[in-house]
Amino acid sequence: MSLLHFMIFIPFIFALFVPMIHKICTPRIHTGWFVLAVPLGIFLYLLPEIPVIAKGETILLEMKWMPSLGINFTAYLDGLAFIFALLITGIGALVILYSIFYLSKEKEALHNFYVYLLLFMGAMLGLVFSDNIFVLYVFWELTSISSFLLIAYWYQRKNSRNGALKAMLITIAGGLAMLAGLILLSIAADTYSIREMVSMSAEIAAHKLFLPAMILLLLGVFTKSAQFPFSIWLPDAMEAPTPISAYLHSATMVKAGIYLAARFTPVFGGSAVWFWLVTGAGIITLLYGSINAVQQKDLKALLAFSTVSQLGLIMSLLGIGSAALYFETENESSVYAFAVVAALFHLINHSTFKGSLFMVVGIIDHEAGTRDLRRLGGLAALMPVSFTIAVIGSFSMAGLPPFNGFLSKEMFFTSVLTLIEQPVFGAKVLAVLIPIAAWAASVFTFIYCMILVFKTFTGKANPEKLKQQVHEAPIGMLLPPMVLALLVIGIFFFPNAVADYFLKPALAAIIPGQTGLTIKISPWHGWNTEVFMTLGVIGIGVLLYRSLKKWQPVYQLYPKGLTLNHFYQLFIQGMEGISRKITKRYMTGFVHDYLVYIFFTFILVLGAAIWLLNGASIHFSKNAPVNGYEIGIVAGMLMTVLTVLLATSRLTAIIALGALGFLVSLLFVVFRAPDLALTQLVVETVTTVLYLLCFYHLPKWCREKSRISFQLTNLLISLGVGTVFTIMAISANNHRFTETISSFFEDSYTLAGAKNMVNAILVDFRGLDTMLEILVLCIAGLGVFTLVQLGEKGQNTARKAEVREKSNDVILKTVTKAASIIIFTFSIYLFFGGHHNPGGGFVGGLSCAAGLILLYLTFDHETIRENVPIDFKKLAAAGVLIAVMTGVSSFLFQVPFLSQTFGHVELPIFGDTELATALFFDLGVALAVAGTAMTIILTISEDES
Amino acid sequence: METLMSLLVGLFFTIGTYLILSKNLLRIILGTSIITHGVHLLILTMGGLKNGGPPLLGESFAAFTDSLPQALILTSIVINFAVTALFLVLSYRAYKALGTVDVEQLREVDNE
Repeated sequence: MSLLHFMIFIPFIFALFVPMIHKICTPRIHTGWFVLAVPLGIFLYLLPEIPVIAKGETILLEMKWMPSLGINFTAYLDGLAFIFALLITGIGALVILYSIFYLSKEKEALHNFYVYLLLFMGAMLGLVFSDNIFVLYVFWELTSISSFLLIAYWYQRKNSRNGALKAMLITIAGGLAMLAGLILLSIAADTYSIREMVSMSAEIAAHKLFLPAMILLLLGVFTKSAQFPFSIWLPDAMEAPTPISAYLHSATMVKAGIYLAARFTPVFGGSAVWFWLVTGAGIITLLYGSINAVQQKDLKALLAFSTVSQLGLIMSLLGIGSAALYFETENESSVYAFAVVAALFHLINHSTFKGSLFMVVGIIDHEAGTRDLRRLGGLAALMPVSFTIAVIGSFSMAGLPPFNGFLSKEMFFTSVLTLIEQPVFGAKVLAVLIPIAAWAASVFTFIYCMILVFKTFTGKANPEKLKQQVHEAPIGMLLPPMVLALLVIGIFFFPNAVADYFLKPALAAIIPGQTGLTIKISPWHGWNTEVFMTLGVIGIGVLLYRSLKKWQPVYQLYPKGLTLNHFYQLFIQGMEGISRKITKRYMTGFVHDYLVYIFFTFILVLGAAIWLLNGASIHFSKNAPVNGYEIGIVAGMLMTVLTVLLATSRLTAIIALGALGFLVSLLFVVFRAPDLALTQLVVETVTTVLYLLCFYHLPKWCREKSRISFQLTNLLISLGVGTVFTIMAISANNHRFTETISSFFEDSYTLAGAKNMVNAILVDFRGLDTMLEILVLCIAGLGVFTLVQLGEKGQNTARKAEVREKSNDVILKTVTKAASIIIFTFSIYLFFGGHHNPGGGFVGGLSCAAGLILLYLTFDHETIRENVPIDFKKLAAAGVLIAVMTGVSSFLFQVPFLSQTFGHVELPIFGDTELATALFFDLGVALAVAGTAMTIILTISEDES
Repeated sequence: METLMSLLVGLFFTIGTYLILSKNLLRIILGTSIITHGVHLLILTMGGLKNGGPPLLGESFAAFTDSLPQALILTSIVINFAVTALFLVLSYRAYKALGTVDVEQLREVDNE
C-alpha cells in the first residue's frame, strides 16, 4: 500500500475514532478541531506534487485487491484528478473550520456529522484517484450514500428525510445505470482500467456496445451532476446543514458527474451523440437553473438553482470541448480544446465563489435566523464583512471584473461562439441557438446575483421580521469564505498561474493529443463579440432587475401540475402503491403461509431438478446388509415419532422425542460413529431437561386442540417433502463419485497427531469452522439470556426471594452427589482422550454441563451458587477467547492462523506424554460449550416466576 | 440398510413438516427437532453405511467409515441444541408477553 492509497483511507480510518474523540472531548473542545487535521494533512501532502503534475507527469500506484478477478485498486494521479483532490481537501478543510462555528458543540450530534463527512471525503478522494472502473463505482455510490446521510442529518425534520430520499433515489438509480454502462464498456474494451480504455478508444468506438454504454454512463453523470431533468434533487438537498451544501452540493460531489464526463471524454469524445447529449443537457440545464433561480424566495434555494445552472454551464463546455477529438489537425482541434480549458477553469472558479456564497448565506441564516428574502434586507451596515464577501462572490458569479468569474464567462462565450465560426456535427441552426441560450442564461444569472446581494444587504432593514438581534459572525466563521473570496480576486489577477499548474496537465488528461496548445488567459482581448455580449448582459440585466416586480408574476402562470417535482411525487406515490399491493398479497402475516411457500418451493425446485435431470436412481443393489437388531431400532423410532405426532399431552410428546433421540444415538453406534453417539446421548439428555423446563412455563395443550387437527394441504405438503427427501437419499446412495473418502483422513495422525479422525477434522483441519461454531453457540446462549432478562427488570425481584420447593429426598441427594462426581470424572476423561479415542471438547463440555445440571435439579440454586461460584456467561466467553488465542498464537511462529502442532513432553508422573496445541483449542471449545449450555439452562430455570 | 434409512428419513421429514405446519408453537419446535434427526441420518446415509470400522486410527481396521459426515453431524448436533434453546425461549417469551402460543393469534397481536 502506497502513501497515496493511505491518503484515501485516512478519512475512513479517522472516522472510526471520531465517536470516541467526541465522547471524550464534548463539551470542552469541538470535535471539528480534530477532524480538521485530516483534510489539512492530505492537502499539505498533495501540495509538493504540484510541480510534478504541472510537468505533465502522472503517478500510478497499484494495490492488489482481487487480482484473480482483475480488480485492483490502482491509484492514478493525473492533472484532472489532482484538481479535484485539491478541491476536496482544500475546500474540505475550510468547510470543517466553518462548521466548527456553525454547529453548536452542545446541541448537535457532531460525531454523526463528522463521521459522515469523513466518509464522504474518503469516498470522493477514492473516486477521483481510482483507475479501476469497479473501484470507482464503489466510491461513487459511497458518495451518494454519505450525501444521503448528510442531507438527513437533521432527521427529525420531515423535509430533511424527504430531500435525502429524493437525492438518494435519483443518484443511486443513475449510479446503477452507470454501473451497467461501465460493464458494457469493460466488455467492449476487455479491460477494467480507464487508462487502457482511453488507449483503445478507436476499438471501443467501433464496437456495437459503444452507444448503449455511453447513454447509460451519461445517466450516471447527469443524475449526479443534477442535469435537467434530474436536477430536482439538488434544491431539496439544501435541507442539509449549510457547510454540507457548500461542500457536497456545490463544490465537490455534484462535480463528480463533471469529473466522470471529463474522464471518459477521451473514450467517447469525437462522436456526435456524445457531443450533442452533453452539450444539449448542459445548455438546457444552464437556462432552466438560471430562470428558476430568479423566482426563489429562499437564499439557499436560490443558490441551489444557481448551482444547477452553473453545473450545466460546465457540462456544456465539456460537451463542446469533446469535439476537439473529432478534428484531425491540431489547429482546428485546439479551437475546441479551448472549451475544455474553460470548463476546468470555471469548475475551479465556481468552487471558490459558490463556496464563499454558501458560507455567507449560512452566516446570514445563523445570525438573522432566516434565509427568507422577504424578511431580509439592509444587513450591509450590520454585517460589513459578510456583505463584502457576498459582493465578491455574487459579482464573480454574474461575470463581472475584477473577479475570476468574469474570465471564465468570457471563455464560455468564446467557446459557444466557436460553434458559429467552425461548425461541427451538422450544427447549423443550433450553432446560433446555443450562443443565444447561453447569453440569455447569463442575463438571468446576472439578475439572481443582484437579488442575492441587494435584496439581502441593502434596502430597508426590517428587524421586526427577524427573530433575533443581527450582528457580524465570529471570525472563525468569516475566515473560510474570506479565503475563498481572496482566491476569487487572486485568480483574476494571476489566471495563467492556474492555467500552467492546473489546467494544462488536466487538459492533457481529457484531450490526450493536445500538448501543443498554449493557454493564455487575459481579461482583455480588444472589442470582440464577447465583450459586447457581456455589456449586453449587464445592460439588460440591470434593466430587468429594476423592473423585477413588474414581470416576476409571469412565473405564477406556469401550472403547478406540470413541474418536475409533481411528476416525481406522482411516480413515488404510484410505486409505493403498487409495491404495497404486491406485498399485501403474499405477506399475510401467518407463519403457516410462509412455511407453505418455503416447503412448496422446496418440493417444486428439488422435485423438478430430480425429474428434469434424471437424478432419480432407485435400485437397491448397493445396500449394506440389515440385521434384526437394526430393524428393532428402526421400529422403535417409528413408534416414538408417531407418538410425538399423535400425543395428547405435552409430557408424552417430550418423552417420546427424548426416546427418539436416544434411539438415534443407538443408530450412530451401529453406524460406527462413536463420537456422534456420545454427543447425541448427552445433548439429548440436556435438551430433554430444557424442554421440560420451558414447558413448565408454557400453557397446557387445550383439550380440543390437544390432538393435532387433520389438514389435507398440510399432509400433502409434508408427504411431498418426505417423498422428495426419500428419493434424494436413495439416489444419492446410488450416485457415488468415489467409494469412500475416509482414506483421505488416514494421515490425521501424521498431520495432526490425532488418532480420532473426527476430532482431527474438528480441531485441526477445519478448526476455523469450529471456532465460528462456538461463537454462534455463545451468541445463542447470550440470546437466551437477554430474551429472558429483557422486560424482567424490577418485575420479579421480590418473587425471586421466594424459597422454592425443592426435593428433600436424602437418597436422591446422596445418589446425585455420587453420580455427578462420576459424570465429571468421565467428562474429563472424554475431554483428554478425545484426540485419540471417541470424545473431545464438545462432548466433554456437554457432559460436564450435564453433571452440573443434575446438581442444580436436586439442590437449590443458592447452595450451588456458593459451591460453584462461576459466571457461566463469562466462562463461555473465556472459551471462545482461548480458542481464538490459540489461533492467533500461530502468528508468533510465522504460520497461518490456527495452525496446530504436536510434540512429546516429559511430565513427572505420566512419563512421556504427547501434547498437541489442538488440546488448548479443544479446551476453548469445551469451556464455550459448557458455559453456553449452563447459561441457557440456568437462565430458564431461574426464571420460574 | 440405506434404503431403509432413506425411508425413515423420509418419514421423519414428513412428520416434522406436518408438525411445523401446525398452529401451536410447541409443535413447531418438536417438528424442527424431528427434522434435525432426519437431517443427521440423511447426511450419515449419504456417506455410506457400515463400510468400515469407526474412524479411529488406534483400532486396526482395514477400512474406516467416512469421518467427514460425522464431523458435520457433530457440529450440527451441538448447534441444534443452541437453536432449540433459543426457539424455546422465544416461544416462552412470546407466551409471557402476548399470552398465546397459537401462531395465528400471535399475528393479530402483532398488528396492533
